[in-house]
Amino acid sequence: MVGTIPIAWVLTLAAGLFCIGLFGALSRRNTVGILMGIELMLNSVNINLVAFWRYLRPMGTAGLTFTVFTIAVAAAEVAVGLAMVIAIYRARQTINADEADTLKG
Amino acid sequence: METVIFITTAIVAVGAALGMVLSSNAVHSALFLILNFCAVAVMYLLLRAPFMAAVQVTVYAGAIMVLFLFVIMLLGAEKADLGSEPIGWQKPVGVLLGAVLLAEGIYVAYKGIKLVDAPITAALGIGQPTTLSAVLFSKYLLPFEVISILLLVAIVGTVVLTRRTVKLKEAE
Repeated sequence: MVGTIPIAWVLTLAAGLFCIGLFGALSRRNTVGILMGIELMLNSVNINLVAFWRYLRPMGTAGLTFTVFTIAVAAAEVAVGLAMVIAIYRARQTINADEADTLKG
Repeated sequence: METVIFITTAIVAVGAALGMVLSSNAVHSALFLILNFCAVAVMYLLLRAPFMAAVQVTVYAGAIMVLFLFVIMLLGAEKADLGSEPIGWQKPVGVLLGAVLLAEGIYVAYKGIKLVDAPITAALGIGQPTTLSAVLFSKYLLPFEVISILLLVAIVGTVVLTRRTVKLKEAE
């Protein structure tokens, strides 16, 4: 039953989701949209981790624990990122990434 | 049967991801992302990781997306900002390079398949919450504590980031 799906399919799906998330993160000018793209990329990495655990080391637990840690890091990243978005919005009345260019040389 | 579920879930996941990237309304983007996260949770169930599926739904689709929607509503950010693009050639080049990266990933996934042994059916109990939590609180105790410190720092950082601007505004 478990072996009916080849691992390459799962990895292909994860790669597709990663590329879509990368495109979203790079092409959006809305800061919240950029953060959502980053979330999609982190999520596809989690799929990869779980797939490798399932197909290569099903008796170990390292893959699953690492995924739990990734999810926790993603939660922290989103909290800080959205706080920065709110701070930028308070200072500049915009969430457009192009207009927050104070550090530009 | 499993293949059918996998293909359906994959189509839903990719379609939701495309809808998230392409929709101009930020609220629609967030809702598409929730659909994508739920599809990924089904994928975890297919990979025999029920605890990861539960975490995916509660943490990602629940907590994180509520935070996203809250910020979108708070800032009124649902409007599209598809104004004049300063660098016009950026987007097609991005699509092209993304397609190249995708082709590369698929090539590696199929090429590296000889590394992969046949999956072992016996290890069904590993994905259970009991097994995972036992390891998390014994073998991986140090990373666990580091993660909790990271979350604490994130909370403090969030409070500082959102509070200082309020003080500046009051001072003006």
